[in-house]
Amino acid sequence: MKRWIAFWNILSKDMRTYYLKPPNISWGIIFPLAWTGMFFIKSGSKPEDMLTLLPGVVTVAILFGTTSMLAVTITFEKMNRSFERLLLAPLPLSLLMLAKTTGAIIFGIANAFVPVILALFLADLSVVNWGIFVPTVILLAIVSTFLGLLIAVAAKKVFEAQTFSNFFRFPMMFLCGLFFPLSRLPVFIRPLSYIAPVTYGADILHGAVSSTNAMPYALDFPVLVAFGLLLFAASLWQIQRQWIL
Amino acid sequence: MPEEISDLAIVVEGLTKRFSEVTAVNSVSFEVRRGELFGFLGPNGAGKSTTINLLTGLARPDAGRIWIGGVDCTHNPKAAQHLTGVVIDESNLYAELSGFDNLCFCASLYGIRKAEREMRARKLLDEFGLAAAADRKFATYSKGMKRKLAIAAAIIHEPQILFLDEPTTGIDVASARQIRQLIAALRSRGTTVFLTTHYIEEAERLCDRIAFIVNGRIVRIDTTENLLQPVKQKHLVQITYSAANGNNLEALPTLLAKNFPGLAFQALSPGLIQVSAEQPIPVGPLVRFLEEQGAEVAEARRMRPSLEEVFVEITGIEAEAMRREKEKAAGGAA
Repeated sequence: MKRWIAFWNILSKDMRTYYLKPPNISWGIIFPLAWTGMFFIKSGSKPEDMLTLLPGVVTVAILFGTTSMLAVTITFEKMNRSFERLLLAPLPLSLLMLAKTTGAIIFGIANAFVPVILALFLADLSVVNWGIFVPTVILLAIVSTFLGLLIAVAAKKVFEAQTFSNFFRFPMMFLCGLFFPLSRLPVFIRPLSYIAPVTYGADILHGAVSSTNAMPYALDFPVLVAFGLLLFAASLWQIQRQWIL
Repeated sequence: MPEEISDLAIVVEGLTKRFSEVTAVNSVSFEVRRGELFGFLGPNGAGKSTTINLLTGLARPDAGRIWIGGVDCTHNPKAAQHLTGVVIDESNLYAELSGFDNLCFCASLYGIRKAEREMRARKLLDEFGLAAAADRKFATYSKGMKRKLAIAAAIIHEPQILFLDEPTTGIDVASARQIRQLIAALRSRGTTVFLTTHYIEEAERLCDRIAFIVNGRIVRIDTTENLLQPVKQKHLVQITYSAANGNNLEALPTLLAKNFPGLAFQALSPGLIQVSAEQPIPVGPLVRFLEEQGAEVAEARRMRPSLEEVFVEITGIEAEAMRREKEKAAGGAA
């Protein structure tokens, strides 16, 4: 119970201090809208195109929403040493980091549903398998957050974290089958796609929206979960190694 | 676990910490009794903050063992973190939160329920003279207020042991004085306080026992009373002078030593000589002699021998230089 009091208060402090600030709310809404609008216009602006685009823009919204925020909530607090206050509390590091990342996960999920809401007005979403779509959005937000966490704990300054994030985010947009199938990528690039967690999340979303997944769910889901666990463990190891000298 | 360890607040054995080629803390051993105010005194880079980091879990030792409140936390610092409160040398609370919310947040990290933490926060804000600023954002606080709030945040969960790293460095005189009073009050309530400072007079005034640390090594640990013993009978006079009519007074200390055997002379800075002796110092003859040598004496002041003399004698480090260096780094003065 005591630990949950700490968990809840770390989360609610972060929500108040970072995520619910007007600039972040507007970023969380405008950014996914802009991506959706851009790809929708580029694709020919036909309602059926919206269903093709949805998995890609939802994934991009999650990826950018989560990773951008962690550069602030983690790297900034490490820089000004307020993170030490958390490290000095009698909380397991894993619980502490879960509390610090839950806000980003929620933010990523909220971002993901901005294009979904827009798509409601443009396409028939009755074909979407929500039972697969919603858990995948949550799982993708968790994995993407942990990827952002690993980048944030490795960086010393906020701008470093933002720059490192871009090294991962932009290639992933083109390598992970978000807007065109992996089969259209040159063969020598394709192995890179399979080492990125986003590939598996986007594949499930393609399946949930238009049954066009390239890999079976039985592979996508375990791989995505494994990426999440691996990234979280690597982040904890990095904190232990670099922050507790 | 040896029985005596459980009776002590902090036990450290052979603690060592290296950063690449530099040994920041070198085989340090000491004990702090429960309810004691223990001072860790040394210049910049002596290893004070690294020791606090090692004791609180913000750094990992390369060698040695640590017990906090009887708990062996050498490899698991989390095991004793519920017993400790820590104020590191920067005021690192949350700029966006009010003073009240900062305290409530810090209490929540120790699992304290809402009603209880709000009650404790209000009580501490009153006690620390911050009630009027309770709802103001931390970012708007002065340096002294920030430091006080940081101490309040460190004790809101009522820890048995409080670590204070340079609590009065870089803040105004009034706030520093108030913080010293708060520290003394905490000690009188039974809290064990581990205080690092470079202010010798602060350590002398507050601490029950003091460790001198230089270059990562403890060079002396004793009670303040015992440390002061050798200088208690000592007499000190400081003489401030200037050269009249452009006279060269460089040889003055040598001349004085020659003419006043039994007295020891030390040039502290140009125009300032300290005279020390085991017997009362004849100030009149000294002043007359200086004037005969072409000096204009501005002041001759009898000084109370203090821990500063002991520190200088043991470590060879001038206290004034140490203070200037630290204040320059902190950008202020206490």
